[in-house]
Amino acid sequence: MAQYSDKVMDHFRNPRNVGAIEDADGIGKEGNPLCGDVMELYIKVKEDVIEDAKFKTFGCGAAIAVSSIVTEMVKGKKIEEALGLSNKVVAEALGGLPSSKMHCSVLAVDALKKAVDDYRTRKA
Amino acid sequence: MSMRRVYLDHAATTPVDRQVLAAMLPYFTEEYGNAASLHSFGQAARQAVEEARQQVALFIGARAEEIIFTGGGTESDNLALKGVASALAAKGRHIITSAVEHHAISESCGFLEKEGFRITYLPVDQYGLVDPDDLKKAITDETVIISIMHANNEIGTIQPVAEIGRIAKDRGICFHTDAVQTLGHVPLNVNELNVDMLSASAHKLYGPKGVGLLYVRKGTRINPILHGGEQERKRRPSTQNVPGIVGFGKAVQLAAERMAQDGKAISGLRNRFIREVMEKIGDCRLNGHPELRLPNNANISIEYVEGESLILSLDMEGIACSTGSACSSASLEPSHVLLAIGCSHEMAHGSIRFSLGLSTSDEDIDYVMNILPGVVKRLRNMSPLYKTMQ
Repeated sequence: MAQYSDKVMDHFRNPRNVGAIEDADGIGKEGNPLCGDVMELYIKVKEDVIEDAKFKTFGCGAAIAVSSIVTEMVKGKKIEEALGLSNKVVAEALGGLPSSKMHCSVLAVDALKKAVDDYRTRKA
Repeated sequence: MSMRRVYLDHAATTPVDRQVLAAMLPYFTEEYGNAASLHSFGQAARQAVEEARQQVALFIGARAEEIIFTGGGTESDNLALKGVASALAAKGRHIITSAVEHHAISESCGFLEKEGFRITYLPVDQYGLVDPDDLKKAITDETVIISIMHANNEIGTIQPVAEIGRIAKDRGICFHTDAVQTLGHVPLNVNELNVDMLSASAHKLYGPKGVGLLYVRKGTRINPILHGGEQERKRRPSTQNVPGIVGFGKAVQLAAERMAQDGKAISGLRNRFIREVMEKIGDCRLNGHPELRLPNNANISIEYVEGESLILSLDMEGIACSTGSACSSASLEPSHVLLAIGCSHEMAHGSIRFSLGLSTSDEDIDYVMNILPGVVKRLRNMSPLYKTMQ
C-alpha cells in the first residue's frame, strides 16, 4: 500500500465538506467504478464566487483526501481562479502524493472543471 | 490506555512462535558455523540443517533428500518453474497453470513465455476452483509442467490437487503445487496429492521470514537457477540460512502437533466472524468456496466502499487486514483472482481479506464487529455509489 503524508491522512481521517448540496449550482462527476474511483463535486456559486463546495467520493485514501482538500481550496475563490488550480498544486497542498496516486489529484481537478461547466451550462 | 491491536493478516505473514525463536537463537551466536565447513563448527550447523530437513520431510511424507531449502516461497516457485522448464525445454515448451496463481507463478510463466514457452491459464469457476476436465483438454504432447496452487492466498479456495496430480501422473507430466498457504494449516502429503514438486514458506506457519522449501520428487529433472556452490545437492547453491532452516523445522514440528486442533478453533472463529459480518453489515458477499477453503480465511466484498479506504480506516482503530482493490497496488487493476472468479470490478475494489491466526480470540472478533459496521457506514455515507443504489 502507498505511504501517505500526514496531511493526506488528516484529510482522510477528517474529510472536510462531505455530502451533497441539494440546490447546487453545478455538479461535476468524474471517475468510474471500474477503476475504483468515483467523485461527485457540488458547488454553490454567487456573483462568480464559489460560496460552498461539497463532495461525495468512492475511492482510496488519496481519492478521499484530494476531494476534501479541493473543496477547501476552492471555497471563496472566483470561478476563474478555481479553474486555474492544477493537480500538482492540489497534490502539493497535501504534502505530496505517491506517484501511483497522482491520478487521484487529476480526477479531483477534472471533477471541479465539470462542476464549473455544469454551472455555466445551467446559467447560459 | 493504549489502543487494542488486532492482527487479521496471517495470510501475509505470521509472528515467529517463541519456541521457534528459542530453537533458532543458538545458531546465530554459538553454533554459527557454515554448514558447508568440515570442522566441528560446520558439522554442528550441518547436523541442525539435516535435522530440520528430516522434520519437514516427515511432515509432508517426503524423503529428506527431496527437500531443497530456499530463500522463500517466491524463490521456490521460480526454481520449480524455471528449473524444470530449462531441464525439459528440449522435450516440450508448453506449461499449464491457472488464472488465480500467486504472482511468483504467473510472472515466472510470463518470463518463460518470453523465452519461447506457451502458457495455458486454466479458468476457474465462481468459487475459484479449477475443473480437472479443463486440464485434461489443455494437455498436449508438448506439455512439460503443470502448476496449480494448493490453496489460494486471497480467497482461500483449496484446489482438487490430488485429482489434478493423478491426471498429470497418468500423462507423465511434472506437477508442481504452490502450498505456501497450506503447509502447517491443512493436512498435506506429497504422495496423496500426487505432486512432483511443492513450494512452501516458513513465515506463513509461525516460522521466520527468508526461508522456504521446494520439495522435488526423486527422479524429477530440474536445473538450478543459481550457480556457485554445492549446497542443497547443487540445486540451490548459497550458504545455508542455518537459523532460518532450524526455525522452519521447529515451526513444522509445532504445526504437526497442533494443526488439527488449532484449525478447528480458528475455523470456528472465522465462521462466527463471517456470519456476523453478513448479518450486521449487509450488501456483502463471501468470496471463495463456502467449504473448500483455508480454515483461517474470510474474503468479503463490501459493496459501495473501496478496499484501501476501508483498510486505512480499520488500521486507525488498530485492526490489520488486506484488500484486493487496485488502489492498494501500483497497477490500478483489481486482484486478478477476484476478476477470475467473476467478481465485478466494483466488488473487487471493495474486497477485504481477513486471515485469522493462533492468537485470534473471541474478544478480537468482538472488537472488530464493534468497529467494522461503523467504518463501513461512514464510508458508504461518503460514497456516491451508495446514494445511487438507495
